[in-house]
Amino acid sequence: MVIYLDNAATTKPCDAAIKALNECLTENFGNPSSLHTLGLNAQKTVEKSRRSIALALGCDTSEITFTSCATESTNTVLKGAALKYGKRKKKIITSSVEHSSVRECMKYLSENGFEIVYISPREDGLFYAEDFINAADENTCLVSMMLVNNENGCILPVGKTFKTLKRRYPDIICHCDAVQGFMKIPVKIRELSCDLLSLSAHKIYAPKGIGVMYIKKGIIIHPLLLGGGQENKQRSGTESVPLIAAFGAAVDFLSPIMKNNLEHYENLRKHLTEKLSENKNIKINYDKGVPYIMSISVPGIRSEIMLHTLEKSEIYVSSGSACSKGKSSGVLEEFGADAVTADSTLRLSFSYETTTEMLDIFAEKLFEAQKTLSLVINKK
Amino acid sequence: MAKQIILVKYGEMALKGLNKNSFETVLIKNIRRRLKTIGNFSYVSAQSTLRVEPLDEDIDLDEVMEVLQKIFGIAALCRCYVCEKDFEDIKAKSIECLGDILETARTFKVVAKRADKHFPMKSPEICMQLGGALLEAFNNLSVDVKNPEVTVSVEIRDTKAYIHAENIKGAGGLPVGTSGNALLLLSGGIDSPVAGYMMAKRGVHISAIHYVSPPYTSDRARLKVEQLCDKMTPYCGNISFFCVPFTEIQEAIRDNCPEDYFTIIMRRLMVEIALRIAEKEKCLALVTGESVGQVASQTMEAIACTDAVSNIPVFRPVIGMDKTEIIEIARKIDTFDISVQPYEDCCTVFTPRHPKVHPEFQKVVDAQNCFDFSALVDKAVAETELKIFKVGQNNFD
Repeated sequence: MVIYLDNAATTKPCDAAIKALNECLTENFGNPSSLHTLGLNAQKTVEKSRRSIALALGCDTSEITFTSCATESTNTVLKGAALKYGKRKKKIITSSVEHSSVRECMKYLSENGFEIVYISPREDGLFYAEDFINAADENTCLVSMMLVNNENGCILPVGKTFKTLKRRYPDIICHCDAVQGFMKIPVKIRELSCDLLSLSAHKIYAPKGIGVMYIKKGIIIHPLLLGGGQENKQRSGTESVPLIAAFGAAVDFLSPIMKNNLEHYENLRKHLTEKLSENKNIKINYDKGVPYIMSISVPGIRSEIMLHTLEKSEIYVSSGSACSKGKSSGVLEEFGADAVTADSTLRLSFSYETTTEMLDIFAEKLFEAQKTLSLVINKK
Repeated sequence: MAKQIILVKYGEMALKGLNKNSFETVLIKNIRRRLKTIGNFSYVSAQSTLRVEPLDEDIDLDEVMEVLQKIFGIAALCRCYVCEKDFEDIKAKSIECLGDILETARTFKVVAKRADKHFPMKSPEICMQLGGALLEAFNNLSVDVKNPEVTVSVEIRDTKAYIHAENIKGAGGLPVGTSGNALLLLSGGIDSPVAGYMMAKRGVHISAIHYVSPPYTSDRARLKVEQLCDKMTPYCGNISFFCVPFTEIQEAIRDNCPEDYFTIIMRRLMVEIALRIAEKEKCLALVTGESVGQVASQTMEAIACTDAVSNIPVFRPVIGMDKTEIIEIARKIDTFDISVQPYEDCCTVFTPRHPKVHPEFQKVVDAQNCFDFSALVDKAVAETELKIFKVGQNNFD
């Protein structure tokens, strides 16, 4: 049995998404910009997906733009917002644990004359809205916060921070990277009070290659790609109708079962936590975040070695975040992990298909591997 | 955390005399119909205020507020926490429930409204006492009565007291349905949805009529108008959308009438068809998005020529407005971006090179008499399609 516990990296597309994708590859293959019926049908498919996503976010359909991935969304909105709203105001605030797509954009902006303020979690491993708010001033143009951290599942106080910031400095533009939260925990624009938001499809059981940026009505973001003026001129390039259809289908599939899934994840985490507590060589790094991402470590055994050992039993986990390809992102250290812990960290992330039986097998194999590997490593 | 409810404060209708009840009934019906898709609520009306209380657990009150802001007849909305009519409870709940807002604010003030005069403390006393308690509880706060970041309001009403930190303006106007029905000529341009919105604001229930001329106009043009209808429903309620096949009539005009009069004759025939539909739908008036002088068919002479066809009033709520003013409203109600999509509509088909800007009434009648359109009009009316756009629902899949 394949035990896939790396759903924060990517997910297996659901049947509904595959079916929608297939339909657009075989029958509904028109270009949404074509004037004829085939084109119109393709356009209707795109609009249907847009409606599903807008409904899930609680926003207007015109505020949803399809992109190729969340990284593109983030790049477009962060650079675009800084360009438009940061002509005189040069301060940007973000957390110290952002995904690399935000982190690199911030680096780029800091090289281009912006002052970036990084807010770290406090000693208890939590972020506090006050820390972001107190860092803001009249000179701040942009604030970017992720909703759920990809490495340990930490939830950032996005709504509270943005709501207060908006009251105090109505001109500040607020961006949220909601990739790891969307369709797993409630993500509503009204509650987040954000102006910009980035999403990705392949974290929610749809294929790779498709993302979304939410741009609040009235906010002007210069498009990154110029051309045929698709997506309301916000993102030129022929729409990827099959991927968009699959994205919408996955959202429709998840909407009614989201609440149950969350309960399911709670049970899984509880189950695995109990199971792992049997072995004192295993450490749970963080338990304050979302229930579908767990960060554990096996001190003394480097995560890469453990990962490949587990792989032999068809168990797939991640060391830190997959985007950093094994390279330490420094995020876990931000949460207070020492070098040894960070180096031996495994990230487990669940899907709706994950079962307690799978986690039992995982725990069993992990204990075995820990035993054999520590013997080998201790001999050195 | 204390229970949350929404207080809906009536607008202009609160001033009505003996009719007030009928207005209130319609407003409550409209609110009920609109909120039905979100969840279950209880409704209690007293003192020109409606208490909307969510009965299900997972209702998103932000969404409810957003929906209510688009319903005509409401002057203001407050999302409140419910307290006992006891100052200690008000104090405790203010600290607990408004804490999220207050702990990140810098300045605040307290306003109190004592609708129940039996409450032992007077309004200024409540303000002072509660203000003092909040200052003590949150050391980040200071009082600013002129320009506070947060205004904490306390309302002492008949059975309970309510606290809230936000008073949101409603859409104003009169409840849709209290002023009867009217039929809106919806072209797909910027002006007509605005005209419909403005009549709805005065309590008029709107149906819409649209003319299509395939193959000269495309399915996309019709889809665009359907999208406009959909956008209007949060304000106007359910809209019956009538789609009239107009190709044959336009071809007959082209083949039989002098070119200069194409547009004006077309408009007269549109009104004629609209009247037939209006009669069936019990509409008391037609509504158009005309504005004086905007195009050739909207000069006073031309308007007189089309008006002459109608035996019921034709309302033109944007008649005296500039394009920029109309666009401002179109943006507000979110129809602008749809209206500017570049698809041919039936008004741009067979446009004369030089339309008559100041047509003489008799000449227009003579020009139209070149052909007997009555059979074609009957046919168009008979073949008219009806689609109903429902508020709060997906009208497309």
